[in-house]
Amino acid sequence: MTDTKHATSPDTSTEYLIRNASILGRTTADLLLRDGRIAAVGDTAAAQASPSAVTIDATGLVALPGMVDLHTHLREPGREDAETVETGSRAAALGGFTAIHAMANSSPVADTAGVVEQVHSLGLASGWVDVRPVGAVTVGLGGERLAELGAMAESRATVRVFSDDGVCVHDPVLMRRALEYVKAFDGVIAQHAQEPRLTEGAQMNEGDVSAVLGLTGWPAVAEESIIARDVLLAQHVGSRLHVCHVSTAGSVEIIRWAKARGVDVTAEVTPHHLLLTDELVRSYDPVYKVNPPLRTAGDVQALREALADGTIDVVGTDHAPHPSEHKDCEWAQAAMGMTGLETALSVVQHTMVETGLLDWEGFARVTSVTPARIGRLRDQGRELAVGEPANVILVDPAVRWTVDPAAMATKGRNSPFRGLELPGSVRATFYAGHATVLDGALATPRQVAPAREAAAWTR
Amino acid sequence: MKHLLSTRDLSATSALRLLDVAEEMSAVGEREIKKLPALRGRTVVNLFFEDSTRTRISFEAAAKRLSADVINFAVKGSSVSKGESLKDTAQTLEAMSADAVVIRHPASGAPARLAASDWIDAAVINAGDGTHEHPTQALLDAFTLRRHWARIGGTPSAGTTLAGMKVLIVGDVLHSRVARSNVWLLTTLGAEVLLAGPPTLLPVGIASWPCTVFYDLDEAIAQRPDAVMMLRLQAERMNAAFFPSTREYSRRWGFDDGRLALLDIMGLDDTVIMHPGPMNRGLEISAAAADSPRSTILAQVRNGVSVRMAALYLLLSGDQHDDEPRDDGTRALPHDLPIPEGRTTR
Repeated sequence: MTDTKHATSPDTSTEYLIRNASILGRTTADLLLRDGRIAAVGDTAAAQASPSAVTIDATGLVALPGMVDLHTHLREPGREDAETVETGSRAAALGGFTAIHAMANSSPVADTAGVVEQVHSLGLASGWVDVRPVGAVTVGLGGERLAELGAMAESRATVRVFSDDGVCVHDPVLMRRALEYVKAFDGVIAQHAQEPRLTEGAQMNEGDVSAVLGLTGWPAVAEESIIARDVLLAQHVGSRLHVCHVSTAGSVEIIRWAKARGVDVTAEVTPHHLLLTDELVRSYDPVYKVNPPLRTAGDVQALREALADGTIDVVGTDHAPHPSEHKDCEWAQAAMGMTGLETALSVVQHTMVETGLLDWEGFARVTSVTPARIGRLRDQGRELAVGEPANVILVDPAVRWTVDPAAMATKGRNSPFRGLELPGSVRATFYAGHATVLDGALATPRQVAPAREAAAWTR
Repeated sequence: MKHLLSTRDLSATSALRLLDVAEEMSAVGEREIKKLPALRGRTVVNLFFEDSTRTRISFEAAAKRLSADVINFAVKGSSVSKGESLKDTAQTLEAMSADAVVIRHPASGAPARLAASDWIDAAVINAGDGTHEHPTQALLDAFTLRRHWARIGGTPSAGTTLAGMKVLIVGDVLHSRVARSNVWLLTTLGAEVLLAGPPTLLPVGIASWPCTVFYDLDEAIAQRPDAVMMLRLQAERMNAAFFPSTREYSRRWGFDDGRLALLDIMGLDDTVIMHPGPMNRGLEISAAAADSPRSTILAQVRNGVSVRMAALYLLLSGDQHDDEPRDDGTRALPHDLPIPEGRTTR
């Protein structure tokens, strides 16, 4: 890496005095960030700031807790041509995230303490966001035997979220055991709900559009049947279940029913499922190919309402970068997945805030507070209050910008939002009090003191 | 019209023009010298990612009768991931200055992808893509039906539509590109389309098609169709539990001798039997039905050359007479999310 950030020594003790920020879109106040924490809020902040504090005029900007993504594909180790921890976490910082969960479908699969510690170390070395590895549920995502979940939980990566995302844990016995087992360390199973037999060769949502296009359908029931089974399993064994990328109106109904019964289930929706529909597949442009597939306008509406009413708990990006040759081909041959880290905030603002379904406090709930709680990240998703960790972003909700994948920090150019004009721009990201993004551009990564790192390694 | 990718995006005006030009081309086929100089010096590439000798030689004959240079490019064994990508193949053809690419591909949408990409400038003709469309097959079917309809009506073929005609399409609609292209084209031309087949082989979403659907073939025949088009059944479908056995399929949805006799009993003297070929005799169609005077199967093959001549001629002759609001339904429309429901060009 030609980056010289490790040679330089970013000043981690910079103090930031943020003036006139709209706190969660409600009250306007000053914020003082010092030593990784929020040192003051309100009228006393300016008085408490040291003379060397950097002042940021946040007039017109909304201050929010740093976003937390439960669902990111960073591709490293194994597909560094698609993304690395470094490039993916840069994209995350620019997108307003202070923590991301790296999915386990790397190569080798993150199914041992060794691999999750590698990803964790790469995240620490990059320093743009808190990179939280997700551990695989089964060895090699093979769906046949449990990976060493306890070893991953106790590793330096302290894994709490386990998922075979990309494939479904379809064996009901294995799913039951996984749900039970992770209770020992307060873990959660994040399920990719896709009945495999019902989706063999599936290319897109099964419905009116697939019938015309002659593409093999991915029926909603393949998602809904697994979710129905899993919420019943979670209830039976008293475990925590998280449902990844819910995409259908029927899934929403099942989750709503399960929550009413007291099942400890949380659910996630991606930004793209909040905006795009399978009508786009008529172009046969594989940039719209994703798993689960884009659904109908009715599904999109149901997902928005579910996110607003709390049936769906969080937004997860399912950021899935691919090298161009995996999309520059026929639909059937193309890889599934879309980038999302750098557009998530804008898409959620467009679909949820500007439609009046969520206010900024609700936005913070679904993008930060609840995902941090599900991932058991104690320093993330906190109130913007004195003494709390300074994971804060400043957002200009009035800006409108046109999505240009070529200008993104991610290596992936597969954004389905290219050319769209979207609202909202992240002006600054503070990760543990350190500015990773200033003036809408990458600043410097946060460096953990080498001595502390070394100590951690030898402890 | 820059490309011919699907019949769904074809307006009635364009479709009729294609058929009328095909009538003129057909006259050429009846002359001693079966050749026109129209496309002299132009290069047509038959790019076949799937074996189909019938379609390939039909296009080859069509291009040669128009004096075009023909290159046959069979991409063997390049079913999917292995081998050269579609993009690299297309750029190779572009470098060879192909004027038209006739593409047969196992992946639905591959021709649309080729047409929408900047990989190649040539006109793209879809010669069958996956389970999506096979527009020239539908055009030759429509051409055959129109001649039959005009003959019954005692009118000239040219200019005639299929208004008032009732066409029954039978079999594996789910996997049939021929069925899809025919549904859109025949309804655009004014025909009423009936579909019959086992529910497992009718796509989810078919309710939004402009057709009446029957699960019972005899009930469909009772609607007194003017033409019955039998689709090819791939016996391996049985392995995916689409139907229990080929014998059961044949009994319920095959055009057998009993149903052939039924047409006579019902007095449907002018009802024709069609099949896109290749046939499974004894499975979806009996030998007696295939060989009966009602059968248009060989006429369909003959008409295929005329229709493909018309398509090549209209795409390449510089006749850019554009009567459609748009000629390319394939471009991604990122600014128009979501694309409005329903068909966009009728």
